[in-house]
Amino acid sequence: MAKLLRYAGQVAFYGLFIGFIGYFSTSPAYQHLPADQALVKLTFSHPGQPKEPCRERSAEELAKLPPNMRIARQCARERSPVAVEFALDGKVVYAATLAPAGLQHDGNSTLYQRLPVAAGPHRISARLKDHVALPDYNYAKQAEVVLAPGQVFVMDFDARHGGFIFK
Amino acid sequence: MIRRALARLEGPFERVFGAASPMHHLGGLAFFLFWIVAASGIYLYIFFETSPDGAFRSVEYLTREQWYAGGVMRSLHRYASDGLMLTMTLHLLRELALGRFKGFRAFSWVTGVPLIWLVFFSGINGYWLVWDRLAQYVAIATSEWLDWLGVFGEPIARNFLHAGTLSERFFTLLVFLHLGVPLFLLAFTYVHVARISRPKTSPPAPLILGTIAALLALALVYPATSQGPAQLNTVAANVALDWFFLQLYPLLDTLGHGPVWAVAGGVTLLLVTLPWLGRRVREPVAVVDPANCNGCGRCFADCPFGAVVMQPHPDRPGHELAVVDPDLCGACGICAGACPSSTPFRSVAELVTGIDMPQRPVHQLRAELEHALDGLTGEAKVVVFGCDRAADVHPLRGPGVATVSLMCAAQLPPSFVDYALREGRADGVLVTGCRTSDCWFRFGADWVEQRFAHAREPHLRTRAARERVRVAWAGVTDLATLRTELERYRADLRRLAPAAPHTESKPRRIAHG
Ligand code: HEM
Ligand code: SF4
Ligand code: SF4
Repeated sequence: MAKLLRYAGQVAFYGLFIGFIGYFSTSPAYQHLPADQALVKLTFSHPGQPKEPCRERSAEELAKLPPNMRIARQCARERSPVAVEFALDGKVVYAATLAPAGLQHDGNSTLYQRLPVAAGPHRISARLKDHVALPDYNYAKQAEVVLAPGQVFVMDFDARHGGFIFK
Repeated sequence: MIRRALARLEGPFERVFGAASPMHHLGGLAFFLFWIVAASGIYLYIFFETSPDGAFRSVEYLTREQWYAGGVMRSLHRYASDGLMLTMTLHLLRELALGRFKGFRAFSWVTGVPLIWLVFFSGINGYWLVWDRLAQYVAIATSEWLDWLGVFGEPIARNFLHAGTLSERFFTLLVFLHLGVPLFLLAFTYVHVARISRPKTSPPAPLILGTIAALLALALVYPATSQGPAQLNTVAANVALDWFFLQLYPLLDTLGHGPVWAVAGGVTLLLVTLPWLGRRVREPVAVVDPANCNGCGRCFADCPFGAVVMQPHPDRPGHELAVVDPDLCGACGICAGACPSSTPFRSVAELVTGIDMPQRPVHQLRAELEHALDGLTGEAKVVVFGCDRAADVHPLRGPGVATVSLMCAAQLPPSFVDYALREGRADGVLVTGCRTSDCWFRFGADWVEQRFAHAREPHLRTRAARERVRVAWAGVTDLATLRTELERYRADLRRLAPAAPHTESKPRRIAHG
C-alpha cells in the first residue's frame, strides 16, 4: 500500500514536471506588435563622401616619393558623416547625422530603426545628404502608401540603385 | 532557517522518491537531459536542410510525415532542453539557498556561471534553425539586441530585411554554432565538476527511467510544432514563446535593449563575484601530522573535494604522505574518520592522528565520548553520534542517552564505536547525519554505511553483535522521526542481553607501516 502510494506520488510529480514544461514551452503567447499596426524600418548602410576632396600631387611632390608610390591623386581616407531625415504624413519622425564607422572614420554610416505606425494610408518621405558640407539633401524620395496590419515596410538606401528604396 | 524551509519544501520529494529524490540530483539530471538533447539532436541533424527554405521544410517533414520518429525526436530535443534549463535553474537556486558558493566551493560556483550563458545561447540559437515565425521573431529581436552594442560593423538585423538577403551560408553558420556551442558547453561542464571528487554526473537509474518515460509521454501527447514559415515582409506579431529560453525577449520591448544588457551583465557579475561578497569565515582546514601518517591513502580516497593528494614521504623512503590543499578543503573531518591512526585505544599520552581538524581534533572527540559515557545510567544505554549539519542530536540527551555531534557523520572513526561498546559502557551506538543523497559534505553518509558494512576501510571491527550498531539518517527537520527511531532502537536493545565486555577492552598500540 505504502509502496503503491509512493508510485502514485512519483507519477504525480512526473506529471507536474511535464505539465510545467509542456505549458511554458509555448504559453502564454506574446503579442509584440499590436494587431492594428505596421512596422516601418528605417535603415541603410552607406559610405559618406570623402571628407576632404582628392587633390592632384604636384610634379615636385611626385618626384620625392619612391617610384612605386607615385600616384597622382591623393585622397584622405576619412569620410563625411551622412545626414538623413524621415517624415511621416508631413512630420519628421527621425533625423540624424550618422558618423562613419571605423577608427579612421573610413567605414559606412549605418542606421537601423524600427518605427511602429498605425496601419492605413500614409505619406512618407526620406531625404539624405552624404556630405555634411552640402547645402542641401542630394537624395530624396516620397511616396503614398497603404500599410496593411503587420506589414513590414523597409525604407532602405542604395546609391547604386539611385538612392532610396521603399519596399 | 533557509535550510529548514528548503528541507520542508523537499520533504514530499523524499517521501515519494526516497534516495532518488530529483532535488538531490539536480546537477546530474541536468547532465542527463543534456545527453537526451545531444542524442535527439544528432537524429534531427541527419534530416536537416541547411537553407532558408529547406530548414523549415525539413523540420516540417520530420514533424508531420515522420511524427513517430523525427517528430518524437524533435519534441524530446525541445522538451529536454527546457528541462535542462529548469533543472539547471533549480540546481543554482538550491546551491544559492544553501549558501554553497563560498570558499572551497567557489570554483564550482564560478565555473557554473558561463554554463548559464552557454545553455541560453544554445537554446536561442536552436530556435533560429526552424526558420518559422518564432525563428523570425527571435532572429530579428536577438540581432537588434546585439546591434545595440555597436561592435558589429554592419547592423546584423539588416540581414533580415527581405527574404533575398538571407543566404545558405548564413544557415551553415547557424548550424555550425548549434553544434559547436553545445559541444563547448559539454566540455565546460566537466571543468565545472573537475574540482570535486566523484561528481554525480548521472542520476540514479529510477530517475533516468522516469524522466525518459515522462518526456516521451509529453512528446506523444503534445508534440513540438512550428509556427508557420518565416515571412520577412510581415511582422511575426503574435508568437508562442518558449518561456524557458525566451523570457527576456518581452523585456526588450518594455525596457529597451540597453537595460536588458544591464540586467544580463549585472546578474552575471553578481553571480561571479558572489563567493567573495560579504563576510568571509574561513574554517581551519585539515592538517597532516607526518609522524602519524603511514601513507595508506584512505583520507585521499574519502575526501569529497579532492583536497588530499599523496606525495612521497620526505623522511621515509618508499612511503607516501598525505598533503592537504587548503584551498580545496571543505573542513568536513571525513579524513580524520578515515585515518587508521584515529583509534581511541591508542595509549599515547595525547592522541594524535595522521590527519585531523584543528577545531575538533580526535583527542577532543575521545574526551567528549569519555565524558558522555560517564554520564550514562540505567538500561539500554545508547551513544548517539550526530552531525552538526543535520538534525541536532543534543535534545535527545537523557539518563540512558548520550550525544556527541561531529562535523560530519563520517568524521567518526569506526573504532570509536568499539570504544563506546567495550565493557558494556554503552549497550548500543546510533549514528545519524544528513540523508545519504543529501549529505552536506557529499559522501559522509555513504562512507559511514560502507565502513560499517566492511565495504570500505577503515572497517567497523566490533565483535559485539551487529544489533548494537545502528544508523538512522535524519535531516535538519527530522528530529521527531529520529526520536522515534531512537526509542524503537532502545526497545530492541532492552530485549537483548546486556552487552558483554569484549576483547578489545585493553588499550593497544596500532602498528604503523
Ligand atoms: C549545464 C548546467 C550545469 C550542470 C550540468 C551542472 C552539474 C553539476 C554536477 C553534476 C555537480 C556535482 C554534484 C555532486 O556530485 O554533488 C555540480 C555541482 C555544483 N554546481 Fe553545477 N551544474 C550546472 C550549472 C551550475 C550553475 C549555473 C551553478 C551556479 C552558478 C552551479 C553551481 C554548482 C555548485 C556550487 C556545485 C558544487 C556543489 C558541492 O560542492 O557540493 N552549477 N553541478
Ligand atoms: S576535512 Fe574534508 S575536505 Fe578537508 S581534507 Fe579532510 S576530507 Fe578533505
Ligand atoms: S588516512 Fe591517515 S595514515 Fe592514511 S594517508 Fe591519510 S593521514 Fe596518512
